[in-house]
Amino acid sequence: MNHAQNVGMDLEPAREIVRALGTPGRGDIIPLLQKIQDAYGYVPKPVVEVVSAETGIPASWFFGVATFYAQFRLVPGGRHTIRLCRGTACHVKGATMVQSALETHLAVKDGGTTEDLRFTFETVACLGTCFLAPVMMVDDDYYGDLTPAKAPKVLKSYE
Amino acid sequence: MAPSRIASPADLEALRKELADGEKKVRSRVLICMTGCRALGAVAISKAFKEAIESAGLSTEVQAVDVGCHGLCAGAPLVLIEPQDYVYGRVKPEDVDDIVETTLRQGKPVPRLAVGGEGAPMEMATIPFYANQRKEVLRNCGRIDPRRFEDALARGAYTALAKALSMKPGEVGDLVKASGLRGRGGAGFTTGLKWEFARKAPGTEKYLICNADEGDPGAFMDRALLEGDPHRVIEGMIIAAWAIGASKGFMYVRAEYPIAVVHVNTAIARLRELGLLGENILGSGFSFDLEVRMGAGAFVCGEETALIASLEGKRGMPRPRPPFPAQRGFDDKPTNINNVETFANVPSIIEHGADWFRAMGTEGSKGTKIFALAGKVNLTGLVEVPMGITLRQIVYDVGGGIPNDRPFKAVQMGGPSGGCVPAEHLDLPLDYDSLNQVGAIMGSGGMIVMDDTTCMVDIARYFLEFTQDESCGKCVPCRVGTRQMLEILRRITRGEGMEGDIEALERLARGIKRGSLCGLGQTAPNPVLSTLRYFRDEYAEHILEGRCRAGVCKALLTYRITEACTGCGACKRACPEGAISGEKKEQHVIDTNLCIHCGACKSVCKHDAIEVA
Repeated sequence: MNHAQNVGMDLEPAREIVRALGTPGRGDIIPLLQKIQDAYGYVPKPVVEVVSAETGIPASWFFGVATFYAQFRLVPGGRHTIRLCRGTACHVKGATMVQSALETHLAVKDGGTTEDLRFTFETVACLGTCFLAPVMMVDDDYYGDLTPAKAPKVLKSYE
Repeated sequence: MAPSRIASPADLEALRKELADGEKKVRSRVLICMTGCRALGAVAISKAFKEAIESAGLSTEVQAVDVGCHGLCAGAPLVLIEPQDYVYGRVKPEDVDDIVETTLRQGKPVPRLAVGGEGAPMEMATIPFYANQRKEVLRNCGRIDPRRFEDALARGAYTALAKALSMKPGEVGDLVKASGLRGRGGAGFTTGLKWEFARKAPGTEKYLICNADEGDPGAFMDRALLEGDPHRVIEGMIIAAWAIGASKGFMYVRAEYPIAVVHVNTAIARLRELGLLGENILGSGFSFDLEVRMGAGAFVCGEETALIASLEGKRGMPRPRPPFPAQRGFDDKPTNINNVETFANVPSIIEHGADWFRAMGTEGSKGTKIFALAGKVNLTGLVEVPMGITLRQIVYDVGGGIPNDRPFKAVQMGGPSGGCVPAEHLDLPLDYDSLNQVGAIMGSGGMIVMDDTTCMVDIARYFLEFTQDESCGKCVPCRVGTRQMLEILRRITRGEGMEGDIEALERLARGIKRGSLCGLGQTAPNPVLSTLRYFRDEYAEHILEGRCRAGVCKALLTYRITEACTGCGACKRACPEGAISGEKKEQHVIDTNLCIHCGACKSVCKHDAIEVA
């Protein structure tokens, strides 16, 4: 991780998150990490260190959890997150072809971020919108009935 | 209108009556689905209706309501009009004025918007998809605004809670046990018995958890319930908490369901204001509060002990049982965990009794089940049917059969823990036990329909990719075993299968099933065993002949442009590898050395000139 990115990072939002929970204990690790990711876009190391210092919860416990669960990113992501569903219904309707097309178009693999930091592309196990298979989300918007040709076109409207 | 606190069952009934009287004033309602349909523009349609009703001067007679899932997702965006119960499908904002004038003002249907196409039935009860269902758990879904407590109350919510609180906890548990309700999350354990274990466990600090992790790809019924009728689920939880003696509850919702989280939190906040959550509920002396916690993207956290670990702030790794959560669960205290749909069944059972519930379903599986129909089926969506309906009835009568009339190959049931049920079992009455006998499981109720263009070896590989990725890594049989099975399946689908592979898969499967610590590992081999049981010859074809009859396994296919090619160049432009060459109006050619089998050319070809074999 590039530490230069973390120099000058505003740690006040992190302190605020801890304050809002009162006296967080081990059971609050996941909610804390989720709030940190909401505030910073990912889980930065200096933020975890500050939160650990303020709560007395070992930083290793935070990292153990952050590296286990798929939701948490330890490096900054793109401005927009693409979540392509690779669930069963989507798979059966051709999601792998759509994935190939998007990976080629964006020049990233699953989990990667485009060089211009515009998109982070990841696949998820199921979006619960199976009737629209194959489906993807870009931020909070859903796009269904995708084909390898249609999917990259959808991304044009995202800056 | 509502009082600040409902202090007794009498207060509850008084408020309910007050609301019921108020509701009669509206002549007609437009019910717009906001669950799945949101993905196809439901928000814009809702806005259009509200504006159109206003400008048509109908605001005092007609109400547009944002509701939950209507179930016929294939016809999204869906709109239901009361009182006629017309179901309109594929509604666009441009259709709104027509609907307002023709149906809302004049009371007549708009035939071109029938879900089955012009001329098809329009009233819900006459549409085969709906006529074959029995909506009990989903009875409010699609009829109420899920963000309004008042809507749920007007339709009977919390009647069962008042009744349960007038009974002893043991009596409530006995009633649920007598009903025969079995866990709807997949394992199918007798719910009332599970509650009894927790109630009888020593200790006064007990917990209740709702497993809303719904990780099975292909299952979305819990999402629909939480988004469309959260009060039903919460009511079931409060009743369960009373039955086992729990004072604190958690609803563990997967991170991928943000709207469900919002709707449940809205409901909880309101219930706390009204005193239906918190201290001394309805004056009974019983106190219970509930909190939503979100998952963080781990399928294994749908397993109850991994879920508990997650709530405790740990990595989602299961623990050996015994001790079971009923003895030592959250924080080592007695804990009862149930699935969303299980809790949603509880209020009706309390209200109508065990005999009512037992009148539906089969000998071993009582009640109804919500199935999520997806894959190669015409009418994808959510259906609630009595247990015992046959596979054929669901796929053809309810689901409208397979697109383009392609032959039925199998239905995958139970997600990554389940199995495929082939055509020879189309007349199987669906219940927990019959599915177990044919090598599948009920699971959460996700049903993926497959036709002859689905490769069963690829499906087995697909599920192993999933379980391998989601394996928590704690125990060797699962962590290493699934990896070994996956490697074999990857080789087979790449055309590198070897003699002995099938036997190796079966040997590994036995070991993994016996040695794994939790349900993820124990059931991971099921899709492989099931596809080997019914589609062994497809495996043999891949290994011995290098052939994929369904045309799916890319390495075993060749893409070729036929004489039907008009030279339009669409494929050439779509190809990401520049593998297609050809002049305008001349037959194009694919360089098989450059082709990566992505299928982009085939998907843009309008002349059906790309052949895959």
